[in-house]
Amino acid sequence: MEHYSFLRQLADSWGLLLMFLFFAGVIAFVFRPGSKSEYERLAKIPLENGSED
Amino acid sequence: MGAGTMTHKGQPSGGGAMAMMALWGLLALFAITMGAKAADTPFAIHMFIFALAAILALIFKARSFGKPAPDTSGYMDEVVRYGAIATVFWGVVGFLVGLVIALQLAYPAWNPDLEWFNFGRLRPLHTSAVVFAFGGNALLCTSFYVVQRTNRTRLALGNLAWFVFWGYQLFIVLAATGYLLGVTEGREYAEPEWYVDLWLTVVWVAYFLVFFGTLLQRKESHIYVANWFYLAFIVTIAMLHIVNNLSIPVSVFGSKSYSLFSGVQDALTQWWYGHNAVGFFLTAGFLGMMYYFIPKRANRPVYSYRLSIVHFWSLIFLYIWAGPHHLHYTALPDWAQTLGMVFSIMLWMPSWGGMINGLMTLSGAWDKLRTDPVLRMMVISVAFYGMSTFEGPMMSIKSVNSLSHYTDWTIGHVHSGALGWVGMISMACVYHLIPRLYGQKEVYSLPLVSWHVWLATLGIVVYAAAMWVAGIMQGLIWREYDANGFLAYSFVETVAAMHPYYVIRAFGGALFLAGSLIMVYNLYRTIRGAQPVSQPVGMVSAAA
Repeated sequence: MEHYSFLRQLADSWGLLLMFLFFAGVIAFVFRPGSKSEYERLAKIPLENGSED
Repeated sequence: MGAGTMTHKGQPSGGGAMAMMALWGLLALFAITMGAKAADTPFAIHMFIFALAAILALIFKARSFGKPAPDTSGYMDEVVRYGAIATVFWGVVGFLVGLVIALQLAYPAWNPDLEWFNFGRLRPLHTSAVVFAFGGNALLCTSFYVVQRTNRTRLALGNLAWFVFWGYQLFIVLAATGYLLGVTEGREYAEPEWYVDLWLTVVWVAYFLVFFGTLLQRKESHIYVANWFYLAFIVTIAMLHIVNNLSIPVSVFGSKSYSLFSGVQDALTQWWYGHNAVGFFLTAGFLGMMYYFIPKRANRPVYSYRLSIVHFWSLIFLYIWAGPHHLHYTALPDWAQTLGMVFSIMLWMPSWGGMINGLMTLSGAWDKLRTDPVLRMMVISVAFYGMSTFEGPMMSIKSVNSLSHYTDWTIGHVHSGALGWVGMISMACVYHLIPRLYGQKEVYSLPLVSWHVWLATLGIVVYAAAMWVAGIMQGLIWREYDANGFLAYSFVETVAAMHPYYVIRAFGGALFLAGSLIMVYNLYRTIRGAQPVSQPVGMVSAAA
């Protein structure tokens, strides 16, 4: 039961906070200023195949 | 091994091939020994199938001696060709068994007096055939195709991709024969017994190594988003498969095992697995297809690459918590049920964000839908993705679930996702891949593709509509009480009331199957007379 209580407490405190911050960080990173042209280039990766298909 | 030191191997050296043959021979002997000591007949049959597979692998290896090493300069597409054909083969098998069990439900006389072919044993055969054999092969072959193209490199680790392909087919055969013989763990979408689970674990680790190794040796600095979805699918399925199948065999020589968990913990483990099989097997991997093949087919970049990244992270952060909605109003603690419901509802956002991203990729190119039935099939699949991911969260709401749960509404929901989204995107990708893998410009007949698209769409609509009516009616009949508080109807009255809808459902399934048979003919004519082609590894984009 101690393991359960420990994990349960970890999950709804630090675990939750860390996951939320990671997620918020990803979103903030994706919308960082000046990244628009970079993402437009990356979106073209499947189309620049160097072959016919 | 670092990215720079990895090399492409052709045929292994004489010593390597000898070691491989010894390994296969030992495995065959081991399986025969296990089979000889078997505690039950199905286990013996399975061990002899396993031994046969090992002997075939040994013979295949032996025959490679003295042959010139194959050309390994281009993309490794032979395994993709095999995977695409396996997808079509297992698809037709799975749809056909689905039609048979639909008829068994509508007309009980279709259940023969042979235990191997009654509904209870054919039903997991149908679900596993369509999910793991049809869907799984589609995921295998498209992931191998996409990871090579978007990273501009050949598959890593030489012939290990072949082991993944054939090992996975062996898993399918063991699972399917097991169901017919009555070998089952009784866990939804995870019915195979412990030794088949162990084999799948080995195959899956090899799959991960091939995919991840290919990413490591990539020539493109950025990993395109389709690969993220494929990788999330591979890693998460490994985790789900191992945890859900933790069990103790009664005997190492027998096919029966018991789960390590019991009671409500076991139920939650099963549905944590079950719903994430939907989320990561049937969704994430197929979104990988969407993000590669729709831009490719429409010849336009994805609508918003930013949105695709947000789609990815929000989908994987939310899906993993949604499983408890399968256990509403059970012994599962109330807070866990509510948690599952809330996360399911939040899934609306990434699901619809992804759907919009896929559909809007066509903005400015909508006219292509008129002339390209393959692209039309892809768009219909994404539309069904949107529809079933709207319906799913709605059904996870407790008050809706109290009506829908245990009824055929659930079956209708699953099929609009499985036939509409997963089936259509897979078959559209096969239509796109097969001609390209055989040096053809396009499939034999685009009008026949069009026939397939409309037959399949009509089939799904008929199917889903019949199940909505049947399911909601069934739920309403169940909750009908008379003035004294007694149930107004007996169970068998719901069965009788649903009979017409079961017949309509079977008709919808028959339309879907008919469409897939047209596909078989069309692809056969495409391949006939054509030669497999080897494509050179693509150039790295100039800006990278």
